[in-house]
Amino acid sequence: MGSASSMLTQYDIEEVQEHCNKLFSQQEIVSLYQRFCQLDRNAKGFISADEFLSVPEFAMNPLSQRLLKMVDGLNFKDFVAFLSTFSAKASLQQKIELIFKVYDSDCNGKVTFNDIIEVLKDLTGSFMSDKQREVYHLSQSVMEQVYWAET
Amino acid sequence: MANAPDNKLTSSSSELDLDRPNLEDYLPSGSMQEPRGKLRLDCGLVDWWTVCRRDLLDISPTLTEAAGAIVDDSFTRCFKSNPPEPWNWNVYLFPLWCLGVVIRYGILFPTRVLVLTLGWIIFLSSFIPVHFLLKGNDKLRKKLERCLVELICSFFVASWTGVVKYHGPRPSRRPKQVFVANHTSMIDFIILEQMTAFAVIMQKHPGWVGLLQSTILESVGCIWFNRTEAKDREIVARKLRDHVQGADNNPLLIFPEGTCVNNHYTVMFKKGAFELGCTVCPIAIKYNKIFVDAFWNSKKQSFTMHLLQLMTSWAVVCDVWYLEPQTLKPGETPIEFAERVRDIISLRAGLKKVPWDGYLKYSRPSPKHREQKQQSFADSVLRRLEEK
Repeated sequence: MGSASSMLTQYDIEEVQEHCNKLFSQQEIVSLYQRFCQLDRNAKGFISADEFLSVPEFAMNPLSQRLLKMVDGLNFKDFVAFLSTFSAKASLQQKIELIFKVYDSDCNGKVTFNDIIEVLKDLTGSFMSDKQREVYHLSQSVMEQVYWAET
Repeated sequence: MANAPDNKLTSSSSELDLDRPNLEDYLPSGSMQEPRGKLRLDCGLVDWWTVCRRDLLDISPTLTEAAGAIVDDSFTRCFKSNPPEPWNWNVYLFPLWCLGVVIRYGILFPTRVLVLTLGWIIFLSSFIPVHFLLKGNDKLRKKLERCLVELICSFFVASWTGVVKYHGPRPSRRPKQVFVANHTSMIDFIILEQMTAFAVIMQKHPGWVGLLQSTILESVGCIWFNRTEAKDREIVARKLRDHVQGADNNPLLIFPEGTCVNNHYTVMFKKGAFELGCTVCPIAIKYNKIFVDAFWNSKKQSFTMHLLQLMTSWAVVCDVWYLEPQTLKPGETPIEFAERVRDIISLRAGLKKVPWDGYLKYSRPSPKHREQKQQSFADSVLRRLEEK
């Protein structure tokens, strides 16, 4: 558990709350901080990829590598901001942004046909092969490339 | 092999302590709902999203699971040692606490060290002659060594002011039986050993513990393994089988969890102990946290520090239950047998079961687990595809 130096002050909590647009209550931020300190073993101020992967439930998740890219090395404020997307109170816009980023693995602002195939490969492993292409011809007919306009 | 529980979010909320906020409040399972009505955005992102959801690309449950694992997961909970609540926070409790510290460190601790030293002197002065002089008379030597090991363990327990309540019939020396127990700390072994001289299977430790292991514990017939060596498992399995067959070997004690857990949960039992073809006698151990937290977090403390912590607390209070011996039922696999015994032990000691392999503390999950998830996702996608 966290050592004595990892106490949050009221200012800290409010700052973090502002940063995540008040999607978490103060009690939730305190709990998240305890969790952050638990995962961050040598109190570096961020959680390394290795420490995330030491949670077996996370490591087993097929999309863990993609999420890891987004969450690796974040400090506590950004960690909370990242998790706030999963809150029930988060806007649909925010959620869709996250999903877009998960798909857009080469971070070029576009989700192409290949990006979608890649995600499907992650999710299904070796259990779906040529069928993948079949499925995508179906959905391909409905949309082409999707662009994300920077806000 | 471990399967994540299907309904992870609801099961974790029922296990949460009252003062921890409900996981469901900030990660409800249905957090990525179908948008009500269409929001027009410039890039048509929402249309894409709606299409994707309908057309099999719904990754939101997987993402939510991953985020849920980041926020709280049942595996790390097994190894969390809760720091004791400070109760000395006001003017009149603080002097009382100081008095307690003075008594514990100034009076109890030196007395205990004295008792332990005395015990070692008596033990060594009897063990060494017995071990070397009675080399010829094996039966007598073993009997005496057994009594002496039980004696030194009693001294250890006395040195922490151990108050151990044993329930159930004492273990008997019979061939073809193994004892299994849940594991919280190495002191589990000492507490059980003071009642019956078990032969235990342990991880070989460095330092003075290793020295004790190779000299004294060798005489009771202990078996060593090395967690990090892959081939080791077969060698150990063979040693176990040989030991159990031997008629006058000490009864074998195994901790099937394979690692120390914090005495609130049990992790999955390794099947090694359950495929030896003999009766399994479960032992449940529960420590009373009010006096001291006996969980040995080997990553945070060395064993020496752990012992010192025990010796400077008021007492180590625990209950030991010797439970009814179990045998493999017809048609039951060793893994099912292991789970059944784990059920019995967890029920008796009031521990919650967790579907994780304790060795995940030291290594990453094998690709098998991810493949299971991938397969089920692929199956559901293919199924929906067929429905079209």
